[in-house]
Formats: sequence, C-alpha cells, structure tokens
Amino acid sequence: MSEHIVSKKIYFVIFGALMVGTALTVAAAFQDLDHVLFTGANTVVALTIAVIKATLVVLYFMHVRYSTRLTWVIVIAGFFWLAILFALTMADYMSRGEIRGTTG
Amino acid sequence: MEQQREAGSIGMWVFLAQEIMFFGGLFMAYLLYRFKYPMAFAAGSNHLDWHLGAFNTVVLIVSSLTMALAVYYAQVGVRKLQIVFLVLTMILGTVFLGVKAVEYHEKYVDHLIPVAGMFDWDEKASPLPPNTTEQQVQMFYWIYFAMTGLHALHMIIGIGILAWLVYHAWRGRYSPEYHAPVEISGLYWHFVDIVWIFLFPLLYLLGRHFGEGH
Repeated sequence: MSEHIVSKKIYFVIFGALMVGTALTVAAAFQDLDHVLFTGANTVVALTIAVIKATLVVLYFMHVRYSTRLTWVIVIAGFFWLAILFALTMADYMSRGEIRGTTG
Repeated sequence: MEQQREAGSIGMWVFLAQEIMFFGGLFMAYLLYRFKYPMAFAAGSNHLDWHLGAFNTVVLIVSSLTMALAVYYAQVGVRKLQIVFLVLTMILGTVFLGVKAVEYHEKYVDHLIPVAGMFDWDEKASPLPPNTTEQQVQMFYWIYFAMTGLHALHMIIGIGILAWLVYHAWRGRYSPEYHAPVEISGLYWHFVDIVWIFLFPLLYLLGRHFGEGH
C-alpha cells in the first residue's frame, strides 16, 4: 500500500467547511437558543459544530481517513479515554449529596 | 519504507493521544467549574474580546490549510512551494501569538490576572449576576489562562518545529520518498488547531446569548 496523497481540492473544500463552521458558531452564540429550545442548547450547538470541525480536521488534514486500522484504533482510544474522564468525574460530582450524610 | 512511514505517524498519534489527556484534564476542570458556577463563567467570558478570539480562529484554520499544503508539496516533491507554505504557516502562527499577547496585556491592564492581589473585578462597570462572587469569576480566569497558556506553549513549540523543517527543506532533505518529519509535524500542528476549535466557543462565546457585555 503506497502513501495516499490527498488532492489540493479536498483541502480547499475542508478549509471552506471549517470557515462556514466558524461563522455558524459565532452566529449561533448570539441567539438565545436556551430560551427557544432548552437550557444548555447554546452549548450543545457550539460543541456539535466544534466536534464536526475537529472530525473534518482529523479525517482529511490529518489523513486518518486514508490510514490503517491501527491508526484508527489509537485515535478512537484517545478520545474514548477522554470521554471516560468526563463521564466518571461528573457522575461523582453530580451525585454528591444524593445519599444522606454525604456532601460535596 | 512504507512500514517506517506508517510507524512514524502511529508514534505521533500515540503522543497525541497522550496530549488529549494533557489538555483533557484542563477541559475537565473547565466542565466542573462551569457546571458549578455557570453565571460567573458567563460574566467572565463576556469580558473577553470575542472579535480577537474569532480572528485567531480564522488565522489558525488558514494555518492548518497552509500546513496541509506544505505536506502536499513535500509529497509531490516541489521544494520551493513546500518552503513557501511552511514559512506561511510559521507567519500565521506568529500572528496568532501576537494577538494572544495583546489579549493578555488587556487582561493585565483590566486587573484580571487571577493571582492574589492582582485580580480586581470592576463591580461598578460590570455588575455581577446574583449569587455570583468575584472568586468564582477569578476561577474562570484561572482556567482561561491555564488553557490558552498551555495552548500558546504548544504553538511556540510548533513554530520551532516549523523553523527546523524549513531549514531541512531548504537543504533539500525531503523528497516524495522521504518526508516523514513534514507529515508528522503536520499532525502536531493540526492537533493544536483542534484544541483551539474547542477553546474558542467554550471560552469566548459561552455567555453571549445572555446579552450582557460587549
């Protein structure tokens, strides 16, 4: 398997998508989505756009889309461990005080 | 050769997985304190200059494009354009750091450096929301400086790596057969861009919809 060379055209398309994503992030931040939709909607929208942008960078700029399965495993493991860090820590903090006699 | 190239980029990804945890600890601190003091975070965030943050976001995305093109020209073996795009990436990185320095200076002038004796929130100019203390806003600034500071340190290291690449590219070290250092440094540069993609909305835009501030 020889090295896959990503075309310049793909780089420019991804660049355009990242710029649109940035504009959308700013535009959405000034709308009161918390009131229109649900509490925290602004944050959910901002993070969704950020995750999409990051995924585009990883897949195309960082060539992961054209890489071997082993690379995929390492990339996914990295983000999976981050999710464990967030989930377990927040599970602890958010549940403190729910059992009588414990306070956080 | 193919296996060597593959091993190199996997090694870089293992390093980046570790970097995810390095920044991850700070994102965890952010998540927890924002969860505890949402209004203090909104007040602190609204005091940041989102125009500068947005400008820097654009600068970094353009620099990721120029880095990707530098890798492309290394792959196809056009030495001159490879150097041009490496230098452009360095310039954009320096612009980013310059803007960051201006922002840090503004925070210094506004007494928002979160160190004992230096932090003084101007309650008259920007009244705090109910049930919010100055200490909680100070915590936002701690996290702001820790996260953007660690990110800026990565940018400085990245610019150093780019200078090293330019030197070797200038001497004709890289060819379509051998350009692993360019490819691997590209991975690092894009990773630092990704961190900023998250920092920008989380630090600069989190409370804008409340309508206070600038």
